[in-house]
Amino acid sequence: MDKKEYSLIEETLFHEKLQNGLDVYLLPRPQMSKTYAIFSTNYGSIDRTFVPIGESEEITVPDGIAHFLEHKLFEKKDRDVFADFGKQGASANAYTSFTKTAYLFSATSNIEENVETLLDFVQDPYFSEQSVEKEKGIIGQEIKMYDDQPDWQSFMGTLRSLFKETPVNIDIAGTVESISEITKDDLYTCYNTFYHPENMTFFIAGNFDPDSMMTLIKENQNKKQFSKLEEIQRNYPEEPVEVAEKEITLNMPVSVAKCTVGIKESYKELSGDDFVKKDLLQDMIISYYFSKSGQFYEQLYQENIIDSSFYFETNLDKNYGYSIIGGNSDNPDQFVEKIKELLLSTQSHEIAEEDFERMKRKKIGQLLRSMNSLENIASKFIHYNTVAVDYFELIPFIQKLTVKDANEFLKDWISDDRLGVSKIIAG
Amino acid sequence: MVTIQEEVKNFNGLNVHFVPNEKFKTVHIVVKFRAPLSRETITKRALLPYVLQQGPKKYPSRKELQIVLDDLYGAVLSIDGGKKGDSHILSFRLEVANEKFIPNESNIMDKAVSLLNDVIFHPNVDGKSFHDTVFNREKETLKQKIRSIVDDKMKYANMRLIDEMCEGETYQTHVSGYEEDLTSLTSQDLYQYYQDLLKNDQIDIYVLGDVEVNKMEEVISSSFKREGYQNDNKKADTEQSTSKKEVKEVIEEQNIQQAKLHIGYRTNIRFQDSNYAALQVFNGVLGGFPGSKLFINVREKNSLAYYASSRLESHKGLLLVFSGIAPKDYKKARDIMEEQMEAMKNGDITENELMETKDLIVNSLQETLDHPQGIIEMLYQQVIADTQITPNELIENIKKVTLEEVIEVGKSIVEDTVYLLTNEGGA
Repeated sequence: MDKKEYSLIEETLFHEKLQNGLDVYLLPRPQMSKTYAIFSTNYGSIDRTFVPIGESEEITVPDGIAHFLEHKLFEKKDRDVFADFGKQGASANAYTSFTKTAYLFSATSNIEENVETLLDFVQDPYFSEQSVEKEKGIIGQEIKMYDDQPDWQSFMGTLRSLFKETPVNIDIAGTVESISEITKDDLYTCYNTFYHPENMTFFIAGNFDPDSMMTLIKENQNKKQFSKLEEIQRNYPEEPVEVAEKEITLNMPVSVAKCTVGIKESYKELSGDDFVKKDLLQDMIISYYFSKSGQFYEQLYQENIIDSSFYFETNLDKNYGYSIIGGNSDNPDQFVEKIKELLLSTQSHEIAEEDFERMKRKKIGQLLRSMNSLENIASKFIHYNTVAVDYFELIPFIQKLTVKDANEFLKDWISDDRLGVSKIIAG
Repeated sequence: MVTIQEEVKNFNGLNVHFVPNEKFKTVHIVVKFRAPLSRETITKRALLPYVLQQGPKKYPSRKELQIVLDDLYGAVLSIDGGKKGDSHILSFRLEVANEKFIPNESNIMDKAVSLLNDVIFHPNVDGKSFHDTVFNREKETLKQKIRSIVDDKMKYANMRLIDEMCEGETYQTHVSGYEEDLTSLTSQDLYQYYQDLLKNDQIDIYVLGDVEVNKMEEVISSSFKREGYQNDNKKADTEQSTSKKEVKEVIEEQNIQQAKLHIGYRTNIRFQDSNYAALQVFNGVLGGFPGSKLFINVREKNSLAYYASSRLESHKGLLLVFSGIAPKDYKKARDIMEEQMEAMKNGDITENELMETKDLIVNSLQETLDHPQGIIEMLYQQVIADTQITPNELIENIKKVTLEEVIEVGKSIVEDTVYLLTNEGGA
């Protein structure tokens, strides 16, 4: 077991890669009452085309299957796993994103039993035709719930405008039609390929003893057999530089129109220092312009183009990246034109040294804040770990960034062919 | 078990609660203003946060204010309003990085406290009113906010249930205020009300983080001074509500995909009552967790919904049940939900359910104590309910609840209103 100390932020992280390939990370936090554990597979909704384990032909599975599988893992032949956690005083949950599926619990007692339950239920699937059919009704209601949420529709509309091939343009949950095609055998195929320990990470943070925790996890894993896994062949289609569609308009019964301008930040694989530099600068620069201290925010506010619904978000993942600037507007065309004009004007900007130092301070404070939450630490750690970046080293990395790095980034940040628009209009 | 220390001191017309805690990398300062909830003042109290967030006299624009926050390592300021029973609470929250984790920094706290003091007590005024441009602009912001409630169907359905259920009661008051009251409001009116609020509201300040109490007391007392406070101890006693003779059914139609079924019950038990712990357990067995009766029966057994749960309005004495269903399933879902309640009232609760639910509630209370805002809200409940129950006592009380006590509280729960938001053309 490796031990790494991060003295500045007063954290200690233990790590071991087990024989079966599972990466285990332990972050003791003895001051906390609770312990939070997450068992995550590097498998999400965008992994729709791949070669199943032990086969040679590529297949494409129905949309929404990763999420469907997440629901179904909780159901066993004779019981529901939520109840098992409940009996042990833990609250359990799971989520599926574009790139990950994660199972988690938090508890303040019976930590060891709960860790065993988490490992065991994820590694022991039980799918039947009958329970697959039953789930279609539940997930159907989940999809309908999202259909009524204009904010979600606006987000997906933006991704559809930005990405032509990368499957982030498809809803994580799929559609009522696509999930109707899912069978028990499809679930097993996806499960056997993507839930191999080689493709998974176990992260636990909170109130426990690291030595006995690692022993417990190892003993649990040693009892189980897994077939050998070569590297998973996933087919991510090639994505062009430019957006898929300049503009997408959807009609929904909204009280005010919602619009967004999206920036296609990345369309090919990134990792290591390239990733972290882009990730940090992308976030710091959009926040420099559009947060409430930003010159663009001030201008938009004064010209009455935005209101309190205004927001921006940015995300960089291994194979894609985007930023979204959005809000409610009585005049969507004006909103979009103005934001685009401001974005394009940055090509000739130069950020001052003093401003960049403030941006760095802000980002450092944000990171410290995010480390108050065990949930956040765990999900961010895994996110960065996928691209070979150490989340706990981000603060020193930020300190090393220079205004020159920022200005170089800024020069190429925006181009017209990488801007997409989504509008949700009443009707 | 981790205990929470709270030291309360009274000075300068304020109640200051120090909560030293080593769990977090940031320091939280929360200032709470409490007044009786009323239709007369609610629109002003809803508008004030928007106006004050535009910057104090010293930093008279949102941009200038935000630059100061960014400089303080991305400190986060927020102002929000909410109702607790028949009280209205305005909360000013500032979260700032603990200087302990940042090399060569030692006066972040002084600057942060002084900034918060400026925002609350030294607003950007123009004689005896707020600046018209800011005032008019923020009025518009609030108007948009009020109008967009209808776009969030869950929130809208919840508001409509309370409208119908608590018709004529103080608790019905909308926390976002009323558009018709906003139209006639002037900047002078708002400023006058702000002066009243400074004089008459009960103010509680919470300081939480890895800080020295003595040092923080000095910082706070030299900054926050309240002049002319009249402590006339007027408490917002929650009015007793009368139960309806029969269950009220309200069906509303909109252009939506998923119907929202919300049912309101009167518990007539509040936070300070001795049987409140038993009520929490009752709610937990019914719909507080994924193993609860509602989740199992509405979702798992009948596949009718993605979510089905219940929660308490602790300071008003309500129990609310929620679910999102297909419009055609209204009768069936309602029957199942009501049956679960009836069964519990008739004593259909096993020792096992009781034990598991108690563990889960204890777990969730302890987890709340790992979140800075959670700790503060939990401590503040005592102020609201004018009682002294420490978080540890709250947890101990849950552990002591017996099956008989849970069945007993069931007897006082009365179904009041069923609200259905469904698609056009009806269920």
